[in-house]
Amino acid sequence: MAKYLMLKHYRSTEKTLDCAPMDQWTPDEVSAHIRYMRDFAAKLEQTGEFVDAQGLAPEGVWVRYDGEGRPPVTDGPFAETKDLIAGWMVIDVDSYERALELAGELSAAPGPGGEPIHEWLELRPFLAAPPTISE
Amino acid sequence: MTARVDELLLRSLTPGVIGVLVRRGADFAAAEDAAQDALVEALRVWPADPPRDPKAWLVTVAWRRFLDATRSDAARRRREELADEEPAPGPAPEADDTLQLYFLCAHPSLTASSAVALTLRAVGGLTTRQIAQAYLVPEATMAQRISRAKRTVTGVRFDQPGDVGTVLRVLYLVFNEGYSGDVDLAAEAIRLTRQLAASIDHPEVAGLLALMLLHHARRASRTAPDGSLVPLAEQDRGRWDTGLIAEGVEILQAALARDRLGEFQAQAAIAALHADARTAEETDWVQIVEWYDELARLTDSPIVRLNRAVAVGEADGPRAGLAALAELDESLPRHAAVAAYLHERDGDLGTAARLYAEAAHRAPNLAERDHLTRQAARLNARR
Repeated sequence: MAKYLMLKHYRSTEKTLDCAPMDQWTPDEVSAHIRYMRDFAAKLEQTGEFVDAQGLAPEGVWVRYDGEGRPPVTDGPFAETKDLIAGWMVIDVDSYERALELAGELSAAPGPGGEPIHEWLELRPFLAAPPTISE
Repeated sequence: MTARVDELLLRSLTPGVIGVLVRRGADFAAAEDAAQDALVEALRVWPADPPRDPKAWLVTVAWRRFLDATRSDAARRRREELADEEPAPGPAPEADDTLQLYFLCAHPSLTASSAVALTLRAVGGLTTRQIAQAYLVPEATMAQRISRAKRTVTGVRFDQPGDVGTVLRVLYLVFNEGYSGDVDLAAEAIRLTRQLAASIDHPEVAGLLALMLLHHARRASRTAPDGSLVPLAEQDRGRWDTGLIAEGVEILQAALARDRLGEFQAQAAIAALHADARTAEETDWVQIVEWYDELARLTDSPIVRLNRAVAVGEADGPRAGLAALAELDESLPRHAAVAAYLHERDGDLGTAARLYAEAAHRAPNLAERDHLTRQAARLNARR
């Protein structure tokens, strides 16, 4: 019973560098990729392990407090980055091994030619509630 | 004005309702679904129209739901007439039904999270929504987890004796690992363990109940108003619930007198020794170390040895504690926190501060991380 965040980085690696951006795939390849994600989430709901999934728009800005009475500083937008967080999924599973297994499966989503795109997924445990019995 | 539904009464009746349906021939999964439907219906209807006999009301509604779900219209009408004529169930088989439900819901074929969810619903009478909220997952996910769990135990005979040990582990998890939501999981775990203790005579059931009561007694003093953790030594002992402590100690002593020691009795004995000390300085650490030795023999758990190192540090001085700690794997959860504490006691504030910071980095929850960060900051400010 532990929650994990699977963060979808579209990070360039030797493998993913070979892979064309999604807008250059065939429409069927795009659909197959999206269907894989949807089916994966649906399967996790069936197993009682799904918590949340969200996509993120690529455009973001950096924001920083700049002192009393002054508007926050913004920088960006940064659409052209080598490490773009495209979205996340949150799972609630019985073990770390199970979380690894699921992250690996999600990373196998198909790209051009139906081949897995080998995207990097970052797996981070949630900080849990403190236990009742502590000593 | 409508009366509030006595939710605890309603929930305490749930296992009995499932038991009646199963004895009338329903399979467990269908009976459990029907009982849950009746429970949700009761929460809706009872405030305006409270029943004279709550259990009979629940059985009638649940039985109708069961028939609706499983029978053809003609057969249902015939059976409904039969159902209406049946007398309310007597109390005799109820305890057995409840015990069988505990065994089924904690069946070894279930994963821990499934067993917890199924126990809270079928034995605890919580709604799927309440359980989902308590564990911070969507209701649909929790509903699937529960129905999968029920499919897993399909075919397990309802009348076979089960394993008390697995039931106790599930109840321990409910008590120890939950989020704070609308449902007080610690209180619910105590209620379910009390109910179990009433239906089976077993020293470890008593041991777990005592352990829960002794920890629950200290609950109010364990967190500061801002939500931060207060360590045992710094807790306001005047806020400990002496009634719960007395009850826990009495239950524990009766269990220990039977001379069938188990890990929950040993853990409860340690909790009782802490509860017994009027000030932190009066704590009988020598006895606590002896109980950790017993516990280590019973469980061979590295976590127990880690806690034992703390106790040794208090009983024989921080150097002895550090020596005990040196035998343990540094990758153990909370190893750095224990090392930091012992080094601070030994006067090595620099090492202690560094280890507190490392422990904060590895803390498994936010409250502990904050606490350890403050410890590191406190020592760094002093140097």
